[in-house]
Amino acid sequence: MYPSLGQGGAIPVTAVDLGSFRRIALFGGVYSNYLALERAIEIARSRGVDAMIALGDFGAFGPHPDRTVEILREAALPAIQGNYEESLSSGYTDPRDNAFAQISYDYTREKTAAAHKAWMATLPRHLRLTIAGKRLLLCHGSPRKINEFLWETATPRPFIAKLLADHAADLIVCTHTGLPWKRFTGPGRGVVNVGALGRPANDGRTNVWFAILEERGGDVAVELVSVDYDHPRLAREMRSEGLPKEFVETIETGWWTTCLEILPAKERARGRF
Amino acid sequence: MNAPSSAPSSFPIAPLFALDTLWFQVAGTLCNLQCTHCFVSCSPTNHAHEMLTLTDVKRHLQEAEALGVKEYYFTGGEPFMNHEIFEILEETLRLGPVSVLTNGVLIRADTAARLKKLSDASEYSLDLRISIDGWDAATNDPIRGAGTFERILGGVRALASAGLNPVLTVTEACDGAGTEDGRARFLDFLRSIGLPQPRLKIMPLLRLGAEESRLRAYESWETLRDRELTEDEAGVLQCASCRMVTSKGVYVCPILIDSPDAKMGDTLRETMRPFPLRHQACFTCHETGFSCRT
Repeated sequence: MYPSLGQGGAIPVTAVDLGSFRRIALFGGVYSNYLALERAIEIARSRGVDAMIALGDFGAFGPHPDRTVEILREAALPAIQGNYEESLSSGYTDPRDNAFAQISYDYTREKTAAAHKAWMATLPRHLRLTIAGKRLLLCHGSPRKINEFLWETATPRPFIAKLLADHAADLIVCTHTGLPWKRFTGPGRGVVNVGALGRPANDGRTNVWFAILEERGGDVAVELVSVDYDHPRLAREMRSEGLPKEFVETIETGWWTTCLEILPAKERARGRF
Repeated sequence: MNAPSSAPSSFPIAPLFALDTLWFQVAGTLCNLQCTHCFVSCSPTNHAHEMLTLTDVKRHLQEAEALGVKEYYFTGGEPFMNHEIFEILEETLRLGPVSVLTNGVLIRADTAARLKKLSDASEYSLDLRISIDGWDAATNDPIRGAGTFERILGGVRALASAGLNPVLTVTEACDGAGTEDGRARFLDFLRSIGLPQPRLKIMPLLRLGAEESRLRAYESWETLRDRELTEDEAGVLQCASCRMVTSKGVYVCPILIDSPDAKMGDTLRETMRPFPLRHQACFTCHETGFSCRT
């Protein structure tokens, strides 16, 4: 169904074109939060979406990574590679990752079946589609790098204009930061970060997020959709899997506890730590 | 004495992937302090590079906007000695996030309040980065100057009280700062002075300028001569995505502004080409993974 584009790390930046849609759901980093993923799929179906697409980072952070991959593959959701899938399929990790990132990666790697790793290697870096005649480019971090962070307060309009021009797109859809936001530089032109299903948006609330994009009045309308899920159960499972208490705390309280140094000033100031 | 090698040596080349980060030497090399480790020898009387005017900055911002620059940094010398600094920051914050590198000693409640207002009015982040080189006056002041430790803390507190949580930058001139323990100790120190969300950047020594007299200059083996870098290794160097504007033109990066052959042009577009890594500081960047970015 989706052409194999070779092994992770050597995939050229060509995108698979999915065609045109009326209403789609976009799922950001799942981070093994299969409970939120199940709930998000239910919500998206109830909203009558034509397609649900996953933007990478299926593992890390949470428990039982295979459950997330199985849900995605069962539902045959189109998906792109995130930096996690790239690492798991190529074995390469960033030597600058901190201790928490290492724990997260080691756990996920150990618990991910070989067959799922092989599937990850076949995922494209980008997907393209159109809504209301606007060209959407779906990527994980940014169109130019799988692990580039596009934060709301650090992704300025002239830079967005450059990305759109360089990559022949009207709307860039991404994840990777865990914080949902959108910025339009014109009608149907700009960036939408769909947030993450995997963990809360550092706002003291336990819900997580995905996005619905749809044609409305000849333009692309963006809705960030909140997902309430059984977070106490996820927390319990994370504990019994021996995952760091800092990760569990984020699920239970909605506040990020680790990897905070990467946040720009304003995003950091909104958090508790 | 060795005869000079007759084989021509080669240096690796840093491509420019995109102009993401634009630096402004907004105070030139003029500073109210005269730190003993300053790699561009800033002082109250160093006119090697002069202050930039609002007009100068606006001209480059116009080009930067067209080129899709992602972020802006202001440094010196001491940016708050530039009497147009607030107008300059306001103009720049229309176009992208801004970081200001400062010694902090000139920042009081009124400046902090003005900066907070500028930050609130922009879609983008404003970061203040304050330099400190010790855990107390005994460790800091020999490097930064007598009485500076307390004045730096004054600036830190003024910003924190105004709701602008600063990033503290420490160089390895501060003994022990470069280790895991040193970093942890600094984070604890920042919490102890009232910063619940401590933000810290540790910098390696750049053996240029005043630092050459403080400790030492680069030794001959500290070079990228005859080395090869992979595309990834070259790509992570800051000069693959930054350029620096001073009163004398546009340079490859913030570190090499005293090297004439590091000037690459007078407009940003002229400098958008690769740079041969002939300078000894390039060795530091490659070996340590250092970037002047936060």
